[in-house]
This record gives sequence, structure tokens and C-alpha cells, in this order.
Amino acid sequence: MSVFYFMAFLSIFFALMTIFSKNPVNSVLYLVLTFFTFTIHYILLNAQFLAVVNFIVYMGAIMVLFLFVLMLLNLNKDTEPMKSHFVKFMGAIAGMCLLATMLGAFHVIESNNEYVTGNTDVGLVKNLGKVLFNEFLLPFELSSILLLTAMVGAILLAKKETKKVNG
Amino acid sequence: MIELIWLIPLIPLLGFIINGFGQHVLPKYLIGVIGGGVVLASFLLSCVLFGQVLDARSAGGDGVFTYHLFDWITIKDFSLGFSFLLDPLSSLMLLIITGVGFLIHLYSYSYMYHDKGFGKFFAYLNLFIFFMLLLVLGSNYLIMFIGWEGVGLCSYLLIGFWYKNANYASAAKKAFVMNRIGDLGFLIAVFAIIATFGSLEYSDVFGAASSYPMGDSMILLITLLLFVAATGKSAQIPLFTWLPDAMAGPTPVSALIHAATMVTAGIYMIVRSNILFTLSPITMNIIAGIGIATALIAAFIALTQNDIKKVLAYSTVSQLGYMFLALGVGAFTGAFFHVITHAFFKALLFLGAGSVIHAMGDEQDMRKMGGLKKAMPITFLTMFIGTVAISGIPPLSGFFSKDEILAYTFMSSPILWGLGFVTALCTAFYMFRLLFLTFYGKYRGTEEQKKNLHESPWQMTLPLIVLAILAAVGGALNVPEAVAHGGNWLANFLSPIYVYSNAVVTPTHLDHNTEYILMGISGLAAIIIAIVAYMKYVKKEDFPAREGEQQSFLYNLSYNRMYIDELYDALFVKPLNGLSKLLYKVVDRSIIDGFVNGVGSFFDNSGKGIRQLQSGYVGFYIFMMVIGVIAIMLYGFLNI
Amino acid sequence: MDSIVQNLQGIPLNHYLIFCSIIFAIGVVGVLIRRNVIIIMMSIELMLNAVNLLLAAFSAYRGDASGQVFVFFVMALAAAEVAVGLAIVVMVYRNTKSVDIESLSKLRW
Repeated sequence: MSVFYFMAFLSIFFALMTIFSKNPVNSVLYLVLTFFTFTIHYILLNAQFLAVVNFIVYMGAIMVLFLFVLMLLNLNKDTEPMKSHFVKFMGAIAGMCLLATMLGAFHVIESNNEYVTGNTDVGLVKNLGKVLFNEFLLPFELSSILLLTAMVGAILLAKKETKKVNG
Repeated sequence: MIELIWLIPLIPLLGFIINGFGQHVLPKYLIGVIGGGVVLASFLLSCVLFGQVLDARSAGGDGVFTYHLFDWITIKDFSLGFSFLLDPLSSLMLLIITGVGFLIHLYSYSYMYHDKGFGKFFAYLNLFIFFMLLLVLGSNYLIMFIGWEGVGLCSYLLIGFWYKNANYASAAKKAFVMNRIGDLGFLIAVFAIIATFGSLEYSDVFGAASSYPMGDSMILLITLLLFVAATGKSAQIPLFTWLPDAMAGPTPVSALIHAATMVTAGIYMIVRSNILFTLSPITMNIIAGIGIATALIAAFIALTQNDIKKVLAYSTVSQLGYMFLALGVGAFTGAFFHVITHAFFKALLFLGAGSVIHAMGDEQDMRKMGGLKKAMPITFLTMFIGTVAISGIPPLSGFFSKDEILAYTFMSSPILWGLGFVTALCTAFYMFRLLFLTFYGKYRGTEEQKKNLHESPWQMTLPLIVLAILAAVGGALNVPEAVAHGGNWLANFLSPIYVYSNAVVTPTHLDHNTEYILMGISGLAAIIIAIVAYMKYVKKEDFPAREGEQQSFLYNLSYNRMYIDELYDALFVKPLNGLSKLLYKVVDRSIIDGFVNGVGSFFDNSGKGIRQLQSGYVGFYIFMMVIGVIAIMLYGFLNI
Repeated sequence: MDSIVQNLQGIPLNHYLIFCSIIFAIGVVGVLIRRNVIIIMMSIELMLNAVNLLLAAFSAYRGDASGQVFVFFVMALAAAEVAVGLAIVVMVYRNTKSVDIESLSKLRW
């Protein structure tokens, strides 16, 4: 029980570090840590499949991609230009407002304060796989097309324009 | 035969359509044959129908036929048929329009032969004939109004026939605008008639009107409005200045539209509605006053004009004034009689003048003519007959018609008679002046013009001869009872039209002795004036002065057309222009434009302000998006 | 695993809501206050993950697998988005020699 609160605290802490650290590389590393705590959250929810996917895809692939781009662009320095204090302040205020609004909304709809129960086996790979390949077969296949498209697009965008020498 | 009445206006309309569409395709002789042929066909039909009316009259009937074509407008209780009315009055008008019209079409064939717009000209003429016939034949005021507007349009088109000349085009515009003023009067009168009598059919309106008391205010209003319409169409004070300018059109047009037919539409309309006018003595007095004033002023101006067509134009205005004088004193028959004779001799004079202009190579200034008698014998002879006729020298037609008007005027008021008499003298003088300046004395034109001087071809001289004969014997239509027993044929023939009027006002007759005296005076005076003119222009060769010479005040007044155009310019045109400019500058520019531009610049400026939000910084956009999301969520949760 | 399930059952759903809202708000703040485009994208990932976690929490709470399937799809989408987004960043950097969001000021009138 206390594991959740501890992990929640760590998540929030690392998330804050992510957005406040000046060095982009540090940010990425803090974000990786944040996602790691999220993986633990998934395990706590007994969502084993998601935990594994989060660990591999987010931490392993996406965050490494971020890091890779940062290194590629040679941005790993502390001299990143920061916004003015006023804008930072306003941004923080806006974020707090959003939070307040959401919390207020949750309060108003009076969601029941029950504990999370139910069939906790849904998150197992076996069960999730059955759902995924029965009800959600078409979206699953479509998402593969989406990924293919994104891949082609990313290559097209990032490719250097080759100068034609001989006309 | 009455069933064929609809063909009379329809045939010229067909001619218009064929000539209008085929003006660039058809050969000239075919255009001429179609243009003239349709009018001839209408004329022959009119003759047949006139014969029918004549038979009915001599058999003791009233000779009134109505032919209903179709129901035109039906709204609840109000219904208006499209029907034609054939009665003594309209049958006579038919003969004049189609008869004189045909002669002028024949004349135009030769006169306009070398003009580029030959086909267009015939198309317009046919269209004019169509509208004029519609005006005359309609059995209610609305059909008359269609014709009324239509002839105005044709007049505009034909005055501005040579539209490339800016002066001619503006003369056409002037005629159109002045006619519009009158037309507005007609339109309001039509509304007033509907409001008062609930119908526009002549028979209903006149029948209902005869039960109204003398001097009824509504009838006064209607008649005044109708009279306004008549002043516009028939060129009376204050709307007469368009007619002299209308001479910008080709001469046959001047002869047909601005002398013989269209300008008499006002008189026809008043004769037609005689009962209404009889019931309104105030209007009658106004008509008489305006008529004599127009007659006198126009005759005075005509005395010194040097343009041969301008003289005839002012003479037309003057003669129309005469007719209105006759209407004003209740001599409806006299007025109509003068319409007929005037149609003959004025068309003749215009065509003669056209013949002269044609021969002189489009020269219109009489100071550069003279001595044309030998070169153009037929034109001279016919013009001489026309001049004698219009001057009122017995026994030609003008004498009888003018004398009848003067006789009635004398009964009404000797002062009016005096003024009318002076006008008649002026008429005789300026007409003989025209004749002598043109045909007598030495030749004053250029050598080149002299070489080309020739008598016109038969298409032009034939109408002149026919019209000359008519102008000579036309007076026989209504020889006064005092001269020949069994006279007053026209008055008897037209009497069914005055049924209602005669019931209200018993017609009076001058005793024969007075009539003899009046006739003698006017006939003798006309001859004396002719001799005076002869002495002045032929014996003494007192030619009109060149521009710039010192002249007497009266001469200048007359020569400059009494400064009426300038007066109108100062009274109406300039103030209106000033007002327009004022409205343009203050109301339009400041208020309306200010408002419109203000709306525009408000959005322009607020756009410029809001545009600053579009900083282009993606970070700012994200920020705004977050604000938006917050706002939406806040809205959602406040509305739960 | 029992202890985990016990652990799971001891936490009210509301706490997940609050926790995820906080993470989401941190992501928003990160987007607003940073100028580095890559960090902004990372903040967006943070927001996505907050939502993911909440979906998983609801899924476990209701015993319905659909929520977790959704999370899976969101992850696939996020992968695609990051790939394209980073490609654009590389492109932008190549053209402007900067990943500063302030330099992206062409989106104006």
C-alpha cells in the first residue's frame, strides 16, 4: 500500500526534475526514471503486459530515440536559452489552474472513493492477447499501418536532400 | 371585321421584330418593303374598320366597338382586360397614324437610304407605330399608358438615333427625362382613377364620372395629373423645351413623332377623357392659360430662328398650344380637328424641310439657302401649300381648324381670342419668312452645294404631294355650319364621345354673323402678314443678321429662345446639381460612406489589433491552447 | 503476487486520479516553460503517460481489458508521433540551427 504512495512521490519528483533540469540530457534521464516508476505502477496494477511494453517501448526505444537525437544535434549543454521569468511564472500558474480545474471537476462529479478491485487477471499477457486479437484485431492491424506510415514519414523528413550533381 | 383589330398594332410589331433582328442581314429594299408594308397593311385594315364605324354612324348608331382580347390583370374585385376600343375618335387616329406613318416610311426609304442604321431606323419606326396604335386603341388607361411609355421610348431612341454625336444623345436624354416627369403624372393619375372609380375601363370611368358633381376635388386632382402628363408628351409649358431639341433626330422622325402623332397624344388623351375635364372647370382654365402662353411664347421664339427645323419645331409647340387652348375652352372637336389638319400640314412642312436639307447636303441654316424655287419645284409648291395652310389663309385646312378654335375662344373670353389672334399672326409671319428665306431671293449657299442641288426622288416627293393635297382639302372635314349647310361633319361624327359631357354642359354656338366677322378678320390679317413678310424678305432682302450683330432687345429675347433653357438651368438644373453635390459631399461621403467605411475600418483596425496575437511563436500558441482547454473544462464543470 | 493484489486493493481510485492529474499538469507546465522543442515533446510524453496510467487504473478497477488495450494503442501512437516529431525537429534544426521554439515564428499573418 505504501509502495504506491512512495512510487507516486518518486514519479512526481522525477517528472518535476525532468522539466526543470537545465541540461536536456539530464531531462531525458529523469524522464527515463519517471517512466521506470510508471512501469512499477503498472506492475502494482497487475498490468504485466503494459509494464513490459512500457519498459521496452518507452524506456528502451522512445527515450533512447530522444537521447539519440539530442546527441546527434549536439544539444547536451547547459546553456540552453530559458524563457523569461514572467513567462515561466505564467506557465506555472496556467498549469496549476489546469490542475485545480481538474481536481475541482473530480470533486464535483464525486467519484466514489472505492478501492480498486475486480478481476485483476485482465492485465496478464494471456488475457490481454485474447482481447487484442479478437475484439481489437482490426485496430491492431491498422496501428501497424500507422507505424509503417510514421516510419516512412520520418525517413522522408529526416533524410538529407541529396544534391544532384549531374543535373 | 372588328375581330381583326388586334392585327393593326400587331403587324407593325412583326415588322419591328423582323427588321430589328434582320437589320444587318436583310437587303435594304427588303427592309424598306417590310417597314413600309406593315404600316400600309395596318392602314388598309384601319380603312376597313373606319368604313365600318362610318356605316354604323350613318345608320344612326354610336359606332363604338370593343374587342376583348384576354383578361390581363385580375385581383379580387378588380379586373382589367386587354381590350381594344374602336370608336369614331380612335378610328380617325388610326387613319392618321397609319396613313401619315406610311407616307413617312415611304419618304424615309429614300431619305435614310445611305445611312448606316437603315435597318435600325425602320425597326424603331415600326416599333413606334406599334406603341402609338396601342395608345390609341386601348380601351382603358393602362393600355394607353403602355403606349404612352412606349412612344416615349421610341422618341428617345429616334432622337438619339445618331447617338455618336454627344449633343444629339443629350437631346434624347432631355426629351426622355422631361417625358418621364409627365409620365409620372400619368401613372399617379391612373392610381387616382383606380382609387376613385375602381376601374380603368373608359366606359366604366366615364359612366361613373358623369354622376359626380361639378368641380369635384378628386376629379380635379385626376385631371391635373393627366394634364401634367399631357404637358410632358405634348410639349407644353413648362415641359416644352425638349421638343425643339428633339430635332436632333432624322427629319422623318421629326415629321412623324414630333409633329404628326406622338405629340398629339396628350390632346387625344384629354379629348378621350373629356367628361373628366368638363367636370373640372379649374383644370380647364389652367389648360387654356398654359395653352395660350405656350402658343404665344413658342410663336415669338420661332420668329427669329434661323435653323429651318427649329422654326418648325417651335411652330409645332405653338400649334400644340393652340390645341390646348381649344381644349381649355371646351372645344374638344376643334382641338381634334386641328390635330388632324396639323398632322397633314406639319408633316408636310417637315418632310419638305427634310427634302431641302437633303438637297443642300445636310445644311439646316436658312441663311445659307435661298432661291431654291427653281431647283426644287415640287418641294417648293408643296411647302407653299403647307405654309398657306398653317398660316390660316382660306380656304386651306389650317384656316378652318384655327378659325374654329378662335371662334370658341372668343365665346369663352375675348382676351384669349386676342392673344390667339396675335399668335396666328406670328405663325403666318414666321412661316412665310421660312418660305421666302428658303425658296426666294438669291442663292446664298456654297458652289459645291449648288452643283448637287436636285429635286428629291419620287419616294420623297410622292408623300409631299399626297400630304399637300390633304393639307389643302383637309378643312372640308369640319366646314363650319356658317359657311356651308350640312357642315360640322367631324363634330357630328365624334358626337358619341361627348355624350356624357354634353349631358353636363350644353354646347353653345356662336351666331353666324360674329363668326363671319372673326373669319374675315383672321383670314385677311394672315394675308396681310404674308405680304409684309414678302416685302421684308423678298423685296428688301432683309436677311437675318449674322451672329454677333447688334439687335433689339426683343429680337435677342426671341433669338435666344427667351432664355428658357437658361432659366431652367438656373432654376432646376443648377440647384439640383448643387443639392446633389451637397448630398454627395455631406450625406454620401461623410455619413453613408463614413458609416460603411467605419464598419470596414472597425474590423480592419480590430483585425490589426487581434493580429498581434498571431505572434507566430509556437510556444505562445501552446499557451493559448492550454488556456482554452482550461476554459473549456471550467465551463464544463461549472455546468454540471 | 498476492501481496501486489492486496496492495492494489488498498488504494482508492481517487488517488490515482489525483496522482495522474498532477503528472499531467507537470507535463503541461513543462510544455509552457521550456523553449527546447525536444523537452517540450518529452513533456507531451509525460502527459500521455499520465493518461495511460489512469486508463490502466480504471481498467483494473472495472476488470475490463479494453482500457489496457487502449493504453497499448496509445503507446503505438506515441511511438509514431515521436518518430515523426523528432524527424521534424531534426529537419528544423538543419534549417535553423536551433531547436528553440521561439525560432519557430513563421506561423504568423
